[in-house]
Amino acid sequence: MKTCVVDYKAGNLRSVQTALEFLKADFIVTADPDVVAGADKLIFPGVGEARAAMSVLEETGLGKAIQEFHKTGKPLLGICLGSQIILESSEESDTLCLGLIPGKARLFPSTPGFKIPHMGWNQVSPVREHEVMKGVPTNASFYFVHSYYPEPGPDAVLAKSEYMISFPAALAKDNLVAFQFHPEKSGKYGLALLENFLAWKA
Amino acid sequence: MLEKRVIVCLDVKDGRTTKGVKFKENIDIGDPVTMARFYYEEGVDELVFYDITASAEKRGIMIDVVARVAEQIFIPFSVGGGIGSVREMRAVLLAGAEKVSVNSQAVQNPGIIEEGASLFGRQCIVLGMDALTDPEMPSGYRVVIDGGRRKTGLDALEWVLKAEKLGAGEIVLNSIDADGTKNGYECRLTRMISEAVQIPVVASGGAGTPEHLFQVFANASADAALVASMVHFGTYSIRTIKEYLAERGIPVRMDF
Repeated sequence: MKTCVVDYKAGNLRSVQTALEFLKADFIVTADPDVVAGADKLIFPGVGEARAAMSVLEETGLGKAIQEFHKTGKPLLGICLGSQIILESSEESDTLCLGLIPGKARLFPSTPGFKIPHMGWNQVSPVREHEVMKGVPTNASFYFVHSYYPEPGPDAVLAKSEYMISFPAALAKDNLVAFQFHPEKSGKYGLALLENFLAWKA
Repeated sequence: MLEKRVIVCLDVKDGRTTKGVKFKENIDIGDPVTMARFYYEEGVDELVFYDITASAEKRGIMIDVVARVAEQIFIPFSVGGGIGSVREMRAVLLAGAEKVSVNSQAVQNPGIIEEGASLFGRQCIVLGMDALTDPEMPSGYRVVIDGGRRKTGLDALEWVLKAEKLGAGEIVLNSIDADGTKNGYECRLTRMISEAVQIPVVASGGAGTPEHLFQVFANASADAALVASMVHFGTYSIRTIKEYLAERGIPVRMDF
């Protein structure tokens, strides 16, 4: 069982790694597209700007490898920016993304009294059941830092949060799950999500 | 709903935690990793480590502390104190901190904010600002550096607006007037800054009771509040502070 974390120099790679080590997960961190495409389980972290991330993914061949991996039907987890660039496009620098599932990352509308980025702990409410959410109470809080949010098709929304608007905070479709928040920085419930993902057989 | 953050600040000198009153007479109150773990389990939302180590050769100790904290603490934390180059920023972030904070160094070299933001993302770059009441300044507050010992020619509001433009992702606003007094945060200053910027503002300096946190959240638009001695000496626990806030309608993370 080979769990791989995609290394494309994303800012939260180290935090994801320490959380997985804490959970005693059997995993490797790799920047090799062949290893990514042939993994049994894939974790795709991310912090930063969509266009910059996409150009790294294109230059390294990792983007293509992630697309190939997704087609195998094996479990794939996107985190933060990784929950946005799995969609078709992003409003951030009008970027074409990986297109694993339909949808677009959108900028929060500018609203008086609300700061951007949305930074801090916010409650997450599941709209349906899913194995990766097992043991996590409805409205548990998770840590967010983002200015854009993922907007997939309605069938891919797993949980929502409120900040100016109600927005998708967790996505799930077939073998894919993705969190806009940072499970690796969200205390025991964040660790529970990662542990559930490690046990999940899509 | 976005919750208000309660942040514990740990001053670290030569790898040990201290809490200075008015930055003088530091007293040793323990191992930073053990303390971080304790507050994490108590439900703190975030941690801030300030490295107050004076000698350059002992700075490596802090990186080791950061790495050990990152292995055990799964909430965000930032590190500040003496960081004056992107090389030092990178070392702290690679060791596992979410954010780095720059204070006096940014006053002397504002370019560090811009450089850090473009390399690591603006969400990583925190501006720490020490402000002192001064009627001569347009906003009524002057920026001071080196732990409050040295006055600058900068107006607090102007400096914050400039730092935001340069790429700071958050402001930790420390009132030197209030720091160590336990009489409450400087709400007037906090409100003025928080309403002027688009980035989150963390109130710092003066917290003595849970009511002080309530005031700065309810009346001064703070996004987060820093506490230190009121919890380090066991006067209050994170839970009692958060219960007090929740009972009064302030959204805080209670389930941890």
